[in-house]
Amino acid sequence: MTMFSSRNWREYPGRYRREASKFKKSGKTYYPKRMIDPVTGDKEQETVILPDTGKIFTYTVIRIAPSQWGDMSPYALAIVELTDGTRVCGQMTDCDVDEVKIGMEVRLEFRRIQSEGHHGVISYGHKFVPKWY
Amino acid sequence: MREVCVIGVGMSKWGEVWRMSLRDLHTQAALNAIEKAGVDHLDSLYVGCMTSGMFVGQEHLASLLTDYMGMPGLPAMRIESACASGGLAFRLAFIEVASGISDIVMASGVEKMTDCSGEEATQALAAAADQENEVFHGATFPGLYAMMANAHMAKYGTTRDMLSAVAVKNHRNGAKNPDAQYPFEIRMDQVAKSVMIADPLHILDCSPITDGAAAVIVTTVDIAKKMGKPYIKVLGSGVGTDTIALAQREDMTTIKAATIAAGTAFKMAGKTIKDVNFAEVHDCFTIAEIAVSESIGLFEPGKGGPAALAGETALDGSFPINSSGGLKSKGHPVGATGVAQIVEVYKQLTGQAEKGRQIPGSPKIGMTQNMGGSGGSSVVHILEVA
Repeated sequence: MTMFSSRNWREYPGRYRREASKFKKSGKTYYPKRMIDPVTGDKEQETVILPDTGKIFTYTVIRIAPSQWGDMSPYALAIVELTDGTRVCGQMTDCDVDEVKIGMEVRLEFRRIQSEGHHGVISYGHKFVPKWY
Repeated sequence: MREVCVIGVGMSKWGEVWRMSLRDLHTQAALNAIEKAGVDHLDSLYVGCMTSGMFVGQEHLASLLTDYMGMPGLPAMRIESACASGGLAFRLAFIEVASGISDIVMASGVEKMTDCSGEEATQALAAAADQENEVFHGATFPGLYAMMANAHMAKYGTTRDMLSAVAVKNHRNGAKNPDAQYPFEIRMDQVAKSVMIADPLHILDCSPITDGAAAVIVTTVDIAKKMGKPYIKVLGSGVGTDTIALAQREDMTTIKAATIAAGTAFKMAGKTIKDVNFAEVHDCFTIAEIAVSESIGLFEPGKGGPAALAGETALDGSFPINSSGGLKSKGHPVGATGVAQIVEVYKQLTGQAEKGRQIPGSPKIGMTQNMGGSGGSSVVHILEVA
């Protein structure tokens, strides 16, 4: 699929700076940013930066991957619960896929994610690494 | 609201159907259903299809398909809710007939998935996941359900054998279904030894890529009685949604959209799960059947796996699930699946299921549960024998 650079550029606040929406009424944080709290309907929010540590809530190891990820498979994909309770999805890296497990403590790092579409725009964002790194 | 029923069903050939295009598959199923129902015209058509644009580059299906089924000018709409597109098309046909706007409506579904490479198909299917939060990071559909499976195993102690039991049971049923893509039996040890796709899901935990179409004719009970055709009544219809991204869900071990859809359908029908004799559920992966069997209230949370292992959901069990073979053995042409579930319930309730796979004890009420994506949407119907 053609991926224009505007589609990547538009996401910089979330992908590069981990900007998220924290809603006033519930105190709950959503990533990426959104306009309304789906639980309370609250629109009053402040922009916060997601914490950079958490632990693995669930995960898998992708062994059969779509073409743009083929050279990286097998890779671990995880949903991590950050220290503020927000859950985010991403790849686990810098460790053997067989060492990944639920409850494992991780840190978010700024990494190259993929080069998207025919234009090959390189996109960056978060990946998880073992916390002790 | 008028009393609504299904009076005829039709299927195309399912599988890797290299000789047939998207339009051929749909026409075959549609004409089949029209002939079985014995109707001389239709008032409108709802066709479910997930992403023909990505699979074969063809959108605007409503006009293409009405033309090829010999009904140019017929009011028609294409309906999309990922893998729940077919179930949703059926719901809209039901609403249109119940409301009195139309008397005879076709609900159909179609997907042509093998005109592209397996990698392209995986990418097309991934369009049903959250592009920014899941696909961007390398998520695949088996990967998303695998994360649900690991969460389910961690929370409830669900085991490899329980997942395998679902696949073995569905293949046992599908082996007797002439419409099935993979009509053969498999063993527990074969599932566990098959190639790993996304831990803990092996390839025999996954439904296949399929070409196929299905169609049903929806009308009023009054018209069906006048025509003297066998029919089944639609007692309840429900649809529910949930966050598209798995990470945003409070509980990843349950399918909230299915709970909502089932709740609405049961309320409309004035029934509970205890009144239902059997179900066709969306087993795109083995863990999905277990999670759904809990989410629709059939089993307590965490008890779906042990129940599958104990044979409670087998053809001769207390509550048969997927007598057709399910998505696992029958195949999963995504847009057609929800309609094919109605086809199976029609066959079971009218005693037309093939030899060896008719549910014993003359079942009276059947249920369908169709699911979009990793549970971002779900459609449930409750159907009763006439």
